[in-house]
Amino acid sequence: MATTSIAVVDDRLFAAVLARADDALILGHRLSEWCGHAPMLEEDLALANIALDLIGQARLLYEYAATIENAGHTEDDYAYRRDPHQFRNILLVEQPNGDFAHTIIRQYLYSAFAHAFWQAMTSSADAALAAIAAKSVPESAYHLRHAAEWTIRLGDGTEESHRRAQDALDALFPYTGEMFAIPETETDLIVGGILADPATIRPAWTASLDRILAEAGLAKPQSTWMQSGGRRGRHSEHLGHLLAEMQILPRSYPGAIW
Amino acid sequence: MSTPQPTLRDRAWSAAAAVPDPELPMLTIAELGILRGVELVDRFVEVTITPTYSGCPAMAAIALDIERALHEAGIENTRIRLVLAPAWTTDWLTDEARAKLARNGIAPPGARGSNCLFDNTPVPCPRCESNATERIAEFGATACKSIWRCTACREPFDHFKCH
Ligand SMILES: [Zn+2]
Repeated sequence: MATTSIAVVDDRLFAAVLARADDALILGHRLSEWCGHAPMLEEDLALANIALDLIGQARLLYEYAATIENAGHTEDDYAYRRDPHQFRNILLVEQPNGDFAHTIIRQYLYSAFAHAFWQAMTSSADAALAAIAAKSVPESAYHLRHAAEWTIRLGDGTEESHRRAQDALDALFPYTGEMFAIPETETDLIVGGILADPATIRPAWTASLDRILAEAGLAKPQSTWMQSGGRRGRHSEHLGHLLAEMQILPRSYPGAIW
Repeated sequence: MSTPQPTLRDRAWSAAAAVPDPELPMLTIAELGILRGVELVDRFVEVTITPTYSGCPAMAAIALDIERALHEAGIENTRIRLVLAPAWTTDWLTDEARAKLARNGIAPPGARGSNCLFDNTPVPCPRCESNATERIAEFGATACKSIWRCTACREPFDHFKCH
């Protein structure tokens, strides 16, 4: 690749903001892969619109990260000029789209968390994060409603849609633990009221799952073993492929504008 | 009696306020609540705008349109400032904006008040005003709209979602 990668500073608030930006960017990019391929026109529009919202949230977070870092980097530098091990997104969002059921279940598991997370973040002691949270709450509410309705429709649909939804839930559930894990570097931020405490978010997430999965006739996996590593930059092979596709143009043609 | 000349700030406000939204051209950015302020800061005419949605792809176009409108009004040294707080909501749409949306076949958003995001308040048909309507899709041609149909007059229509 023609363009060199950037190095970023080691700062706790910066790292925490970057991690949330990475969650939104990677999931937004995944959803954008459906553009032109969704099972119906309405869903093509819906997934593209949700992708736009998420990439918009990512841009706001990257912009804020850039002001914290104060190293002259831009949102594009963070998106296009970091290598896989420098990304701090949770593993759930980088998982491949799979079939439509996989995409919807992944979206539901994330949205149920994101909606509760951004609601809690509106009272962050950090004014910039509280402002970004206030923008993200209504967006994530629509994302959650969309994904929840589809989870019910698939789970309570045909034998095949039910099987596919249950397969997706079984496959993706082990990736939900990372949403509630607290990296050592974030404990101070939580104590300081800058980051929401995941323990306060979990009840809303669990309540949503219990209600929606029951309505969908889907069984919540009982396994408690959880995947982890994304927040430390240890990713599945899928992220490398995703980034190769996302980054090839700016890496090959430095300074390209499109 | 002579009327006082409009100030530079007033002229700039008028020019910026008249800029149409690129995706809802029947509305101006002032009616939509995107235009937050026009001030003279240092030697600049500073126009403050706020995005409707985080990922609204129209913000860059809106900023360019404002620059052009100010330039055409003979105003130089302009700059655009983007603010996030307080977050834009559909409650900022003026009554005139809501009436214009309905006249253009787009059902305006309900009042945000309680929890409009999840309640099931009926969305009246902008053509025949029937409440016998149903949502076809959560997201329409733009992030701010959903797609509905009226079971009374059989017409599909866009709904500007409460936000
Ligand atoms: Zn009608």
